[in-house]
Amino acid sequence: MELSEHIKTANVEAVTLRRPFHPALRGTLCVTSHHLLFSDRKDEASRQLLILIKNIDAIEKSVENLFGYPRAVGSSGTITIKCKDLLVLQLEIPGMEECLNIASSIEVLNIVITSHRQKERLLWDRWRVSKVNSDYSVCPSYPSAVIVPREVDDDKLIRSARFRQGGRFPVLSYCHHRNGMVIMRSSQPLTGANKKRCKEDELLLQAVIDGSELGYIIDLRSAQQAQQARMTGGGFESKSCYSHWKRIHRHHERGKVVQESLIKLVEVCSDPSHTVDRWLSKLENSKWLSHVHSALSTAGLVVECVERDGHSVLVHGSEGTDNTLLVSSLAQLILDPASRTVTGFLCLLEREWIQAGHPFQQRCAHSVYSHARLKQECPSFLLLLDCVWQVWRQFPLALEFSEALLLRLAQEVYASNYGTFLCNSEQERCAAGVKENTHCLFQSLLKPDIEEQYLNPLYEPTDLAIWPSVHPQSLQLWTGMFLRWTKHAQNMEEAREEVWRIVKEHRERAGPDRTNNTLSTHCDTLTPFENLMDELTIL
Amino acid sequence: LNHIVEQVKLLDRFSNKSVTGTLHLTATHLIFVESNSTSAQEIWILHHHIASVEKLSLTTSGCPLLIQCRNFRLVHFVIPRERDCHDIYSSLLRLLRPVSYDELYAFSYNPKQNDQQREEGWQLIDLAAEFERMGVPCDQWQLTDVNREYKVCKTYPRDVYVPITASKPIIVGSSKFRSKGRFPVLTYFYQEKKAAVCRCSQPLSGFSARCLEDEHMLQAISKANHNSRYIYVMDTRPKLNALANRAAGKGYENEDNYSNIRFQFVGIENIHVMRGSLQKLLEGVGTRSLSMTDYLVGLENSGWLRHIKAIMDAAIFLAKAVTVEGASVLVHCSDGWDRTAQVCALGSLLMDPYYRTIKGFMVLIEKDWISFGHKFADRCDQLDPDPKEVSPIFTQFLECVWQLTEQFPQAFEFSEWFLIQIHEHVHSCQFGNFLGNSQRQREDLQLKERTYSLWAHLLSENQNYLNPLFSPSFAESHPVLEPSTQAYHFKFWRNMYNQYDRSMHPRQSILKHVLTLQESNRELEGTVQALKTKLQKFGVNTSPLKPQTPPRECSLPPRPQSLILGAPLLSRKEVQQEEDEEVFGEEAREDAPASTGGERTVEGSSATENSYGELMGSFGSKNEPGVVTLEFGVARMTC
Repeated sequence: MELSEHIKTANVEAVTLRRPFHPALRGTLCVTSHHLLFSDRKDEASRQLLILIKNIDAIEKSVENLFGYPRAVGSSGTITIKCKDLLVLQLEIPGMEECLNIASSIEVLNIVITSHRQKERLLWDRWRVSKVNSDYSVCPSYPSAVIVPREVDDDKLIRSARFRQGGRFPVLSYCHHRNGMVIMRSSQPLTGANKKRCKEDELLLQAVIDGSELGYIIDLRSAQQAQQARMTGGGFESKSCYSHWKRIHRHHERGKVVQESLIKLVEVCSDPSHTVDRWLSKLENSKWLSHVHSALSTAGLVVECVERDGHSVLVHGSEGTDNTLLVSSLAQLILDPASRTVTGFLCLLEREWIQAGHPFQQRCAHSVYSHARLKQECPSFLLLLDCVWQVWRQFPLALEFSEALLLRLAQEVYASNYGTFLCNSEQERCAAGVKENTHCLFQSLLKPDIEEQYLNPLYEPTDLAIWPSVHPQSLQLWTGMFLRWTKHAQNMEEAREEVWRIVKEHRERAGPDRTNNTLSTHCDTLTPFENLMDELTIL
Repeated sequence: LNHIVEQVKLLDRFSNKSVTGTLHLTATHLIFVESNSTSAQEIWILHHHIASVEKLSLTTSGCPLLIQCRNFRLVHFVIPRERDCHDIYSSLLRLLRPVSYDELYAFSYNPKQNDQQREEGWQLIDLAAEFERMGVPCDQWQLTDVNREYKVCKTYPRDVYVPITASKPIIVGSSKFRSKGRFPVLTYFYQEKKAAVCRCSQPLSGFSARCLEDEHMLQAISKANHNSRYIYVMDTRPKLNALANRAAGKGYENEDNYSNIRFQFVGIENIHVMRGSLQKLLEGVGTRSLSMTDYLVGLENSGWLRHIKAIMDAAIFLAKAVTVEGASVLVHCSDGWDRTAQVCALGSLLMDPYYRTIKGFMVLIEKDWISFGHKFADRCDQLDPDPKEVSPIFTQFLECVWQLTEQFPQAFEFSEWFLIQIHEHVHSCQFGNFLGNSQRQREDLQLKERTYSLWAHLLSENQNYLNPLFSPSFAESHPVLEPSTQAYHFKFWRNMYNQYDRSMHPRQSILKHVLTLQESNRELEGTVQALKTKLQKFGVNTSPLKPQTPPRECSLPPRPQSLILGAPLLSRKEVQQEEDEEVFGEEAREDAPASTGGERTVEGSSATENSYGELMGSFGSKNEPGVVTLEFGVARMTC
């Protein structure tokens, strides 16, 4: 059955559209297999609207003539569409039947609808690429190639994988060039109630620190939770078996709790009637900023271990697919100047989220407005973007990309024309032929030129670690995301444009070579200053 | 009196870090100089800034001394010998309670200016000229000399403006019916609609008293505005407080006695509630290893942002009544010098873009706060040690303005550092402007002859306070600001209340960076001009470049006029154009990268400041981290 066969009514005339910042518009509404299109049949782009069906999180209909009261003008209905990027809009559709048809078509389509490069880091003598997972049998959620200590052979890896939840044995995530220390990540060991051990797993970790006296294990659960995990077959690395590793427990919420936080946060942000006290109390109650706070603190702790203390780190929680990735990628952003460029950041996402097997499909099936019962939804990725935004607030010159890129990613992860965030793992993507049948988002963001709006006008690269402050006073609500459909956003946008104007003026005057900016484009045109200098030399 | 104590430890408030140095106690400052360090940090604390000194119980490393300042600095020293600690402690106790005005720093401070410069400084702000700018006197409003000798109201200025139809007997009669004699006078005139903002204190109405002259006075205000049949009377207090005042023979206007008034309570709490609220706020954000939950709960429980919103709401109500309805408004609270000043000043700022410039903001403070007798001496605890009179009323006003700068990043010529610097000096008693409680008292103290004006000082370094995003065209398109009062727009002002806890601040500043770029743009433009002049001398036509340069000149935000010292950039450009021979030398200097601008505090970010977690010292932290030495966006505070 083709997707288009689910569409009961494809076209409706004289529909009224209401949305933020725009006057109400009358025009035609079309439903296609993947999009909802609205146009008033004039040329201006602002008077048209294209929404991905996949972007629709919830749809609410109210039909005025539902109870059969006769009305001279004929019946009409209103559909409220709530999108995953938090946009809410209303469509008034004349005709009860059309209204219900449109709504049900969208609902059905939404249910029915359901590309990559690999960048290897510099490898030291101590590390090698292992293809042990080339048929995804050792760990279904890992990519086919992973980096492991050179002296550990594939047999040992297989045994270690059996000892780790979901087969996620410890693999290299990041190697710090300054001191050769590494960040590893894995899932929890399956020690269980009777304290099983696995010689190969211990050897694998021993090979990681190789002679250095100590490594840190950052367990993203409280000590109590880690204890309890033993009852269900999980567990933690005990001091006696992993004598050279020191375990530090940091509690992180996960799964449903975080999703509910997001729901509460968006709810409080979209209710304009709150008093200041109620706002603060509800903001606190959502706990979203607490999650941001703990993610950044733990990432800071990891960086402290690697950069200041000069020790390697293993990060894991239970499954190793959410908070583990969150912490390891934030730590890299803080440590590694390369991950602060546009390309580097997208590579980081590719490595640490897409290939590392963050189950995007499950986590981002629904956003906050959906009435569907929560299953596997969890906004881990959105939490990452929020944390990156916090880092940018504190180091506004250190990141090459802008808030707009983060917002774009926040949107794409829930609904996308591209294949990048499809499926839950490389194995699934391979089976579904994602690479062959879809386009890569990252590629389109990067080529041929990165759009100006995704760049930070003030970018000045620094080689050093950027330690963010994690005092609550230093963290803020990400207004650009959570209040993006309010009037507030427009003043900020104008201010941003002003910054761009000043920066461009400076580049034009000072010339590209003096701005330290690798992205200046007009190298061939001389600035007025250089022109004058030329003429003077001739004289 | 000049104590020097060595080997004193300064503890960081939020981490385990400490530095060792020498403590100097001088007649005006307490100075801490860090020893054996390349950066040699110095902390200067003015005695007037110290709110309290506390000696904590003896520890093994010495005797701790905790000093809390009015500018929200909190320092924790550990002094090795108890005797030294006690000496410093008792000297400070004596110093921080001056008994007479003559002991205040302003009377000994000398910025090396001659008498003429000092006088010019005081003449910078001219309130008569300001009323003229508003369009007063006019056919409906006039200057009255009734208070020339401070006979009618001791706390008002000599010159006040009243409706033309209000005769002297009416004024005097009205003043007798108003608390502290503060009768209704004009504070802002909205020329476009001929609507006036007037201020006064509460009427002595009790349960039933009335006063015909006062009723006439309000009638006169109403008649001065032909656009509206009624005037608003805004009582900025909560209704309950106003009711309670009636029992004391005070109260509020009875709508039955006054014709055509619309009476409105707006519910801003009194000075005691505000004092308590700030106290709670500071306790909250001063806690070590504060969790996000405790922070937000603390913020809520302090009620601080709720009070800020109440003031903002009142100002918005005022601005709407005047600009939309074209009605005149009379604002009062109890004595008409706290809440009334907040609401009138903030309301005018919303209505008039001039008050959003550096000079205009000074005028606004001079008018609504200084001249109309906000009791700075009492509220800021300058002299008389009455803790019940102290209250952060003016701080709240500055914060409201800051909240607006956050909502309208292009509307203000100044940045938050301007507001913070004003706050610093309201408490420093270094300049004469804010000393005393009223104009009369200031004249008695001969402040203009014996002290210097803050405004001259601030204007001389105004490039530190510019907002690079300020756009005059924004003021044209938004003459009246209409801020949103959604709860989420009210944010905690970290850079004020945690201004000395630098580990909390952003490590790089957009503001400073953009300012530097802007300055460098101007310098480059200057060089281009100089080279052009030189070329023209050689008879070369530079016309091909012309289409590029002039539009850019226009698009530059205009440089604010500097009244006394002249903007340094301007003079430098002139010099460049004069000295043709120097052009190449100049140009070589321009080659320096854009980041060499001025005096900036350099601060790094490091793991130790942030306390991410419980890394034990058992394995010995090796070498110190590679510290990012990046520009830190704080205009350096002068104590």
